[in-house]
Amino acid sequence: MASDTAAAGSAADLVAALPPSPAVWCSGLRKRYGRRVAVDDVSFSVARGEVLGLLGPNGAGKTSVIKMLLGLVRPDAGEVMLLGRPGKDPLARAGVGYLPELFRYQPWLTAAEVLALHVRLVRARVPASEQHDCLELVGLADRAADRVGAFSKGMQQRLGLAVALVARPELVVLDEPTSALDPIGRVDVRDLVLALKARGVTVLLNSHLIGEVERVCDRVVILDRGRVAASGSLDELLGQREVKLNLEGVDARAEARLRATGALTRAGDWFTVAVPTDDAGTRVPDLVRDLVALGVRVHAVEPGRISLEERLLGILRHRPEDTAS
Amino acid sequence: MTALTMAGLTLREASRRRVVWALVALTVTLLALSGWGFAKLAGLETSQGTLTSGEARLVASQLLNLVMFGLSLIAALGTAFLAGPALSGEIESGMALAVLARPVRRSAVLLGKWLGLVAFGCGYVALAGLAQFLVVRATVGYWPPEPVAGLALLAGQTVVLLTLALLLSSVVSTMASGIVAVGLFGATWVAGVVGGVGEALGNDGVARVGTVSRILLPTDGLWHGAMHAFQDPSALVQFGVERTGFPFLSDAPLTTVYLLWTVVWVAMVWGLTAVSFGRRDV
Ligand SMILES: Nc1ncnc2c1ncn2[C@@H]1O[C@H](COP(=O)(O)OP(=O)(O)OP(=O)(O)O)[C@@H](O)[C@H]1O
Ligand SMILES: [Mg+2]
Repeated sequence: MASDTAAAGSAADLVAALPPSPAVWCSGLRKRYGRRVAVDDVSFSVARGEVLGLLGPNGAGKTSVIKMLLGLVRPDAGEVMLLGRPGKDPLARAGVGYLPELFRYQPWLTAAEVLALHVRLVRARVPASEQHDCLELVGLADRAADRVGAFSKGMQQRLGLAVALVARPELVVLDEPTSALDPIGRVDVRDLVLALKARGVTVLLNSHLIGEVERVCDRVVILDRGRVAASGSLDELLGQREVKLNLEGVDARAEARLRATGALTRAGDWFTVAVPTDDAGTRVPDLVRDLVALGVRVHAVEPGRISLEERLLGILRHRPEDTAS
Repeated sequence: MTALTMAGLTLREASRRRVVWALVALTVTLLALSGWGFAKLAGLETSQGTLTSGEARLVASQLLNLVMFGLSLIAALGTAFLAGPALSGEIESGMALAVLARPVRRSAVLLGKWLGLVAFGCGYVALAGLAQFLVVRATVGYWPPEPVAGLALLAGQTVVLLTLALLLSSVVSTMASGIVAVGLFGATWVAGVVGGVGEALGNDGVARVGTVSRILLPTDGLWHGAMHAFQDPSALVQFGVERTGFPFLSDAPLTTVYLLWTVVWVAMVWGLTAVSFGRRDV
């Protein structure tokens, strides 16, 4: 008897010691619409708490992949796991919030009623005050009692964000969340994703605004013509980083010190230094300290890297099919 | 749970959309017109003098059937046009995306919508039918022999049609599903009339048209059962043999087998809808 309990205990320990299952896992996803192959053998995973950016040109299959993850589209082949459950089980979506690319909400309901409906569909207990906070978060607090049918497109997208967030999701899937938003709304969404990340919520973000993706994502998956063209953390994909410095009074010694850090390019008072990725985070502060000691006046230090945009364009322009032809 | 939520949502949609106001307007018009007509009937003088109360009852019972046919047509149109957008319309507009991405089974969503529409259709038939009975009673003093059974059959007819409209809605686009459903409804009714004429003429081939169409789509069969429950039992005796084929009189109540078949039919069509909706990409 005692050994039984011990065995059960150790089994539980084993399970508990297992690394947590990824928030999203998919393998070999395929989908064809008629003759056109929309998604071809796509596999990737998103760890819990990670923010993953899904990038790619129009028609690359991003939305199709997202819909297959959420059980909205039946894959022709491949498997999906969401939050540790097989995608075929509707309960896998219990902790998922989703903002569709083509968002539309029941026009005959008010904004508050739409949120209440989704809370009920998830069978979550979210008090009305928290639902209202959610509307406030997306800037719709004063329109809570208005019919959705009278909302502008951007307001509907904001409502969609609130719907995605209202049931305390563990995984949030945003398909072009800023397509209809004003510049302030875009910044709001960025802050919102960063806030989710800080709370440990996993985010899968599909966006054409590369700057947005670059600022908030830990990793990106680049899709092209239905296939994964590249994937990895930003550091892996972008390789080196660089620092731009605005300096005054640079003499030969200071320039030598700059060169000692990495390859140097100069444009007037602006110096750009490539920083190797193995940098433990000390090179830049050390450089600035030494420059100041050498009597250089430091006006600005801006971290920069080969932008994701350049990298993305590079990947998409050098596709194997293109080089072959 | 999901089904109940969706049923509530469907009812709320029905009550907030313009379709409802169109239904209310049509119904009120029909009630008012029939009230006026029945009031005239009560004091009607024919070439042979005033109608006897028996004759008046007879005419009233047929007119009631005629008006109830109008009501059932309104119910059919109304629910078909509510059911039409229920699946394909929401998929086309993208409204289904956020809902179906929730931890819900598609069959539960479908059940909810169906229940909501059934509640709406039955509620409409009950209210409008009762109002019509009261109008007839107030004007000519006629009360149908089996009002509850008749209304239940009319409600059944509505359920059959909205189930069909939902099935169509899961495969074809919004407008098409409503139109096709109503078209099929009309076609079976016509086939029923043709079959009735065939019976009157003693032509088995033509009579079979009605029988077959009644089996394929049970709306017309249920309608005949409903008429039988509304009409004055003496009507048939009075009219004798030559009346068979008259579209607003029914000579026999429904058989249990036919009612069972209707239930099986609804279950089958519902199941097909669930399969087709479950496999559909949204
Ligand atoms: N319902 C559909 N029927 C037919 N083809 C479809 C359907 N949905 C997507 N496709 C096709 O699948 C391919 C991928 O489409 P998808 O919407 O996934 O692209 P995307 O990467 O999201 O593009 P975008 O950046 O424009 O949103 C396209 O070629 C598209 O034509
Ligand atoms: Mg897309």
